[in-house]
Amino acid sequence: MIAAMVAQNIFFYAIAATMVGAAVVVVTSSNVVRSALALIVVFGGVAAQFVLLAGEFVAVTQVLVYIGAITVLMLFGIMLTRARIGHDPDMTNEHWWVGALTALLLVGVMGYALIDAFGDDALPADRRVVDVNASNTATVSDAVFNQFLIPFEVISVLLLAALVGAIVIARKDR
Amino acid sequence: MLNQFLLLGAVLFCIGVYGVIARKNTVLVLMSIELILNAVNINLLAFGAARGDVTGAVFALFIIAVAAAEVGVGLAMVLIIYRNRASVDLDEVDSMKG
Amino acid sequence: MATVLENAWIIPLIPAASFFLILFFGKRLPRKGSELGIAAVGLAFVLALVVNVQWFDHVDDAEHQSESEEHAALVDDGGWFAEAPNTAVAYGPDESAAVAQDEGEGEHGEEAAGTHFEVEPIEKSWTWFQNGGVDIDVGMLLDGPAVMMLFVVTLVSLLVHVYSTDYVAGDRRYTHFFAFLSLFTASMLGLIMAPTTLQLIVSWELVGLCSFVLIGHWWEEKANSDAALKAFITNRVGDVGLIVGVVTLFWAAGGTFDILEINSLALSGGINQTALLVASCCLVAAVMSKSGQFILHTWLPDAMAGPTPVSALIHAATMVVAGIYMVGRMYGVFFQGLNIGTSSVNLLAVVGGVTVLGGAGLAFVQDDIKKVLAYSTVSQLGYMVMALGIGAWTAAFFHLFTHAFFKACLFLGSGSVSHAVHSFDMRKDMGGLRKWMPHTYRTFIIATAALIGIFPFAGFWSKDEILAGASQLGGEGNYTAFMIVGIVGAVMTAAYMTRVIYLTFFGEFRGHGQPHESGPRITVPLWILAVLGVTAGFVNIPSALAPGTVELRFEHFYEPKGAYFPVENFTHPEFSLGIALGATLIGVVGISAAYLWFWRGLGPHGVTQRNRVAHAGYTTLVNKYYFDHLYTDIITGTVKGPVARAVYWVNQNVIDGVVDGAGRLSTALGRFVYDRIDQQVVDGAINSSATAANNSGQVFRQLTSGKVQQYGALLFGAAAVFAGAIILFV
Repeated sequence: MIAAMVAQNIFFYAIAATMVGAAVVVVTSSNVVRSALALIVVFGGVAAQFVLLAGEFVAVTQVLVYIGAITVLMLFGIMLTRARIGHDPDMTNEHWWVGALTALLLVGVMGYALIDAFGDDALPADRRVVDVNASNTATVSDAVFNQFLIPFEVISVLLLAALVGAIVIARKDR
Repeated sequence: MLNQFLLLGAVLFCIGVYGVIARKNTVLVLMSIELILNAVNINLLAFGAARGDVTGAVFALFIIAVAAAEVGVGLAMVLIIYRNRASVDLDEVDSMKG
Repeated sequence: MATVLENAWIIPLIPAASFFLILFFGKRLPRKGSELGIAAVGLAFVLALVVNVQWFDHVDDAEHQSESEEHAALVDDGGWFAEAPNTAVAYGPDESAAVAQDEGEGEHGEEAAGTHFEVEPIEKSWTWFQNGGVDIDVGMLLDGPAVMMLFVVTLVSLLVHVYSTDYVAGDRRYTHFFAFLSLFTASMLGLIMAPTTLQLIVSWELVGLCSFVLIGHWWEEKANSDAALKAFITNRVGDVGLIVGVVTLFWAAGGTFDILEINSLALSGGINQTALLVASCCLVAAVMSKSGQFILHTWLPDAMAGPTPVSALIHAATMVVAGIYMVGRMYGVFFQGLNIGTSSVNLLAVVGGVTVLGGAGLAFVQDDIKKVLAYSTVSQLGYMVMALGIGAWTAAFFHLFTHAFFKACLFLGSGSVSHAVHSFDMRKDMGGLRKWMPHTYRTFIIATAALIGIFPFAGFWSKDEILAGASQLGGEGNYTAFMIVGIVGAVMTAAYMTRVIYLTFFGEFRGHGQPHESGPRITVPLWILAVLGVTAGFVNIPSALAPGTVELRFEHFYEPKGAYFPVENFTHPEFSLGIALGATLIGVVGISAAYLWFWRGLGPHGVTQRNRVAHAGYTTLVNKYYFDHLYTDIITGTVKGPVARAVYWVNQNVIDGVVDGAGRLSTALGRFVYDRIDQQVVDGAINSSATAANNSGQVFRQLTSGKVQQYGALLFGAAAVFAGAIILFV
């Protein structure tokens, strides 16, 4: 057990460091495409963390949706808006220090709160869902189609609306 | 162990906030928003795992779906802005200035 | 039985009613209102007669009542004198019918000489209004003098009314004349019966008003209106004394205006002696103006500008005696205040004495017959005041009584003469009128004899009593000085009246036209008055000359007897044969002197032209001792001129200066307030608050930059701060 714990910790820290580094690149790079690609790294790291948290289905969904679709969308957006490829000095606006300040403030507050509230909690070593025999996917689908059916339907409608809306908005004027 | 996931989520969240505020290009701002959403997802799943509840995962799924929809609509709006102003510089979008 | 006596307050109301009726309806009546006036006064006269008769009964009842309670043997001595000149009079014991303030008289341990009793006056009053805790009453007070005056006033007024129907016939304001004659009669009757000093003042002023109106009856000529104003204003000067005196008495007597109370308090020692002295002196000022005493006598000769009936009624018989009457009514105050009973000289007597001589002197140099009679009136009023001043109350009122008749007769006679020759100037237009005007001539002679005091005419009795009193009454030295004054005055009276008779009725006629005797409406009143002038003296025959039942009737019935009339040191003069003979003798001396001067032409005629001293004396007399000059030119001239100018200067510079200064100060203050406080402070506050709002708005405006990222920053920052706050404090 301890070995498993240690291994989890090591993996966690490694992936976490990568994620944070990539996120910093996203928000500070002067190359748009480099930011987009760093974002992919972040998404991947998140998926890995999901696996560590025994949410395999969500991890796969993450990869599929985020890395697969959303990143492509971002790149399409970059392309269609003729963002300058390569080094672009004009990426960060002049009030970045306000953002830094706010971010620091937020992290301070949240950090303090989290340490204070959850410092003693530990994730159970055996992070499995209730039913030992069922897989994570089965459990999730059970929950979705039984307990969270209505939100599921609403999400569907939402996606439909977003689809239609995006088309309507981006349509060329006749 | 829980704390580390939560702290990770918090750090990602704040980096995302910085990005929202500090970046000029609208697309980059949208990317930062995605960062924030992902941080939230990590939090959810961490709590779900701590409680042994699958609800966290379900919600994370929903959030993923919503994020996708939002990005789609958001980029559509970015395209419109680009079409009208030939630029996606957020500093120039200040016609609500009062 | 005594109902008329108790309701005598109606008597003044009858002429008052006729005043209003004549004013409103007189012009439409066939005789233009004179019939109303005569009817009213005639009715008043009849009622006055009834009142007198009932009063006599009242006095007799009081006498019998006190006699029946008197057990000591009284020596029926005849009441005009006491045993010895200065014995106090003893009153009948426990006379319960006396006036309320009846303290401390009792017997004086001497046997009473004659029957002396108390007669209660008839008093009725109603409260008119109350002010400050004091009741102001109106009503009537009937005692001896009031009843006597009722008779005199109504009789003379009635005769004057009849006379006037002839005298002012065809006049431009005939109705108005009769209306004011009625008002005057009503006011005089109100004055006579006044129970309080306040009512006395009101009637006093009313009488003065009627005098003013009637003197100025022909006011279209300036001299007449000037004379009326002079009369009124000179009276006003004396009225100051009246009001001050009345107010002093009010406060000194503890807050009462009632005449009986004031007199009783004064005699019993309830009023401070100094207050009495002060009040007496002030009231003497009132007497000086109303009764024509020196030094306020100057209006009386000028008042002759009015019609002759007015002169007869008002300025001879009735109004001018109002002052004498007031002194007689308030005699307790004067007697105590001026110590009349025990001193040998006092203010009243001096004023009276000076007037006797001064008036008589001025009568010698007048050419206008009415002016001679006016100065004669002044002189005779001086006699009355002098008599009151020496303590001979009854003598003064008796003289008033007789003087009213014969002086009115003289005035009406002069009016009859003027009707015939259309002038009053003796030197220029009269002379030798006895041939054409027998009735006027005879009545004039009779009245003159009465005035001079020839036995047995009326003036003899009254003047003789005054002279006797002067020689007998008073303190250590007696009032003998005033007896000499009286004697000298009598000589002068005889002389100037004889002069008038000579100039008017004897000698050559110097006027124009053909004078003729006047009609019956003039001559009948003249004869009535002349008869009274002969017989009126017999109502007060001294006991030495008459049997017990007819002696001293005047004093018996009309002298007040009560706690409000002096008792201590108050005696009646004895009849003195020496003085009686002496008085007649001096009258004859005066007549003879004038006779010799005029009829025989003896004596230093023209001495005033040749001799400088005599000329100076003559000039002084002609200028009336320069009193008019003093009053008109010196006193009023100073006030009109320098004093008025000084006051005007003070007003324009000092008072207006203060007012202007205050105005300028407030203007400056207002400007300061406007400039500094309003413009700068108040507006400044408002302006600066507006500027603050503006500036803060400019500052906050920058928040709405339109930049999404800024809004996002704000959002997250605020959320962080909130969360931190909640964590820290919750």
